[in-house]
Amino acid sequence: MAKLRLIIRREYLAKVRNKSFIVMTILSPILIVGMIVLIAYLTKVNESESRIITVLNESTFFGDGFTSTDKISYVQFQNLSLEEAKDSTQALEYFALLHIPKGEHIEEVARSSFLYAKDNPNTSVTERLERVFEKQLRLDRLAQLGVSDEQFEDVEKPYDINLATFEGEKSIKGINELKAIIGGAFGYGIMMFIIIYGGFVMRSVIEEKTSRIIEVIISSVKPFQLMLGKIIGTSLAGITQFIIWIISASFLLFLVVLFLDIDPSLFMNAGQLPNGGMAEMEQLSLAPDSEVLFYAQEIIKIPWGLLIISFLIYFVLGYLIYSSIYAAIGAAVDNETDTQQFIFPIILPLMLAIYVGFFSVFSNPNGPIAVGFSLFPLTSPIVMLMRLPGGIGEGGVPLWQFLVSIILLLGTFLAIVWLASKIYRVGILMYGKRPTYKELFKWLRY
Amino acid sequence: MQNILVADAVSKSYGNYRALGNISLEIPKNRIYGLLGPNGAGKTTFIRIINQITYPDEGRIFFDGNPLSPGHISLIGYLPEERGLYKSMKVGEQALYLAQLKGLGKSEAKKRLKEWFDRFEIGEWWGKKVQELSKGMAQKIQFIVTVLHEPKLLIFDEPFSGFDPINANIIKDEILKLKEKGTSIIFSTHRMESVEELCEYIALIHKSEKVLDGKLSEIKKAYKNNVFEVSMEMENGVQKVSDFFDKKLEILASNFDQVDRRYDLKVKLPSNDTRGILTELTKYGNVTRFEEVIPSANDIFIQTVNEKEGNG
Repeated sequence: MAKLRLIIRREYLAKVRNKSFIVMTILSPILIVGMIVLIAYLTKVNESESRIITVLNESTFFGDGFTSTDKISYVQFQNLSLEEAKDSTQALEYFALLHIPKGEHIEEVARSSFLYAKDNPNTSVTERLERVFEKQLRLDRLAQLGVSDEQFEDVEKPYDINLATFEGEKSIKGINELKAIIGGAFGYGIMMFIIIYGGFVMRSVIEEKTSRIIEVIISSVKPFQLMLGKIIGTSLAGITQFIIWIISASFLLFLVVLFLDIDPSLFMNAGQLPNGGMAEMEQLSLAPDSEVLFYAQEIIKIPWGLLIISFLIYFVLGYLIYSSIYAAIGAAVDNETDTQQFIFPIILPLMLAIYVGFFSVFSNPNGPIAVGFSLFPLTSPIVMLMRLPGGIGEGGVPLWQFLVSIILLLGTFLAIVWLASKIYRVGILMYGKRPTYKELFKWLRY
Repeated sequence: MQNILVADAVSKSYGNYRALGNISLEIPKNRIYGLLGPNGAGKTTFIRIINQITYPDEGRIFFDGNPLSPGHISLIGYLPEERGLYKSMKVGEQALYLAQLKGLGKSEAKKRLKEWFDRFEIGEWWGKKVQELSKGMAQKIQFIVTVLHEPKLLIFDEPFSGFDPINANIIKDEILKLKEKGTSIIFSTHRMESVEELCEYIALIHKSEKVLDGKLSEIKKAYKNNVFEVSMEMENGVQKVSDFFDKKLEILASNFDQVDRRYDLKVKLPSNDTRGILTELTKYGNVTRFEEVIPSANDIFIQTVNEKEGNG
């Protein structure tokens, strides 16, 4: 044990004293916050770009439809011919000219209206114009049917179905997705951690091989101790780095919000949430106050204790499984370029977990795919965490699934670490050619 | 116990490849033991078994009379053939780390390291990174780290490969000093001439098997075959001498230098009794050299292997 502690200490210090590690620790939060600010800024610029459209309305319809917004400003032309209007629009370098010709009927006028522009205008512009036409056309048709504006507004009211569990607890649409986002953030964290620090473990093993110190070390300690010490030391360095990142990034973001006057809601869009999540967030920010309160209550109701404890379990086991595979790969090769063929198969289940998680857990947290992937040990650390904010038991993850997933993970952990340490033990003393999968399999029997 | 290490019928296979076949050895205490054989013969596998890096499929190893166990690791010092140091780590810190892995306490390790660094006059390297050192410098550090915990048994795999002659001599002297203090030493090498003068006992390993072992002086005595090298300064021609030799003994090689009138011969005598022959020779000329040819370990190795393979 004393030797294991020595190894952990050395690996930790070697990592945190490494120049590029220090640079990354300091630079990453600055880069990430800088990116977010830049994206937020660009979004703002993009949104605030205002287009001017000239309107030559020769008809008696659509008179008050074109009121300027912050996106599009309208300039009304009067007593000009179409050609003159086109020329003026171009001369003034305005975005487009909307021509509404004379006519008896609104339908006929709408059909023969044209939008003249230099290029094909984008859909956000045309949709806005179309909405104006649609509204007027609809009103006209309604008037013919003898329905008033007020009556129409009344008819148009949207409807949301009420949701409740069998126990009578009320819930709200989108809360599952919101919960999955919270679980997904944990799962995503695990994946990033595995990919970054698993890679560090691998490079550290390769370094020991290429510097030829490995045999000196393993004449003093067991290869398994060295592998374990390396994995633990590297992950401690990783946790240190993660904590520094989180603290400094939140501090920087806080400063940015404070001093640069950027709407914090923009960060939501700039974050790494996938599309599904973004829509939910928008919905959230648009929801009336009572619903916000409801969401807040639901978030508080998420079993945080369970989530954090399971996060720790899944994180530790999942990370140990993957990093021991990384260590075995490092031992099997002589240099980093040879690792590609072996790395792809490990990244694959991780990516699969994230994407399957976001697509299937979002729509149906207890569906067969979500269940399958949350039991399969190579994906369960990520997918199960996405399901867990719903709690265990009624309405959430059935207890048996949770237990089976942990037992499978534990079993896989023992098996993989055993296999990896065998490959590691043989591989670290092998120099020369890059091994094939067949040879790796043979090493297991040495 | 007079043996520091006894191997009893040790075998090791990697898949279908037999790396060691039934090797039995006795390595005496306080002696220098040469484990000799060409590359790939199985020497390193055997050494790794002693260091418990790998384990034998069959057979047993005894260290100082007891079955080899993890507790013996701190009693063994091993300088592997593939040796190196962490490049970005500082010399002192690294030496300290490796010493602690061998079970030394931190302050004791530090004290001993200072002594060794002073002795080699490399004190100023302590705070340097290994990548700033030359290869020879790094090897001195490796040597110090190997012997620092004062092991009972020291194992050097290809010890002098990569050392420049000056450093090789320094290391050689240090190894001899350690031997005087009572350490048992194993040299493993395929360059037999490099350790021959140091080894008191040897084992020859060939194709995973031991072909010969024992005390080097006795092996040499056994492998002597009454071959002598003779040099003479001739007053007359060489014909008479040749005739004499032809009758009495076998000429293996001969060369006559016309200018110096020196006649060099390699001859095989019927027995190792040289008395009569030497007196006889002086009648033909001035004998400047008369020396028995002692076979080198390399010669013995080649001869043994040839005999084995001839028989097999």
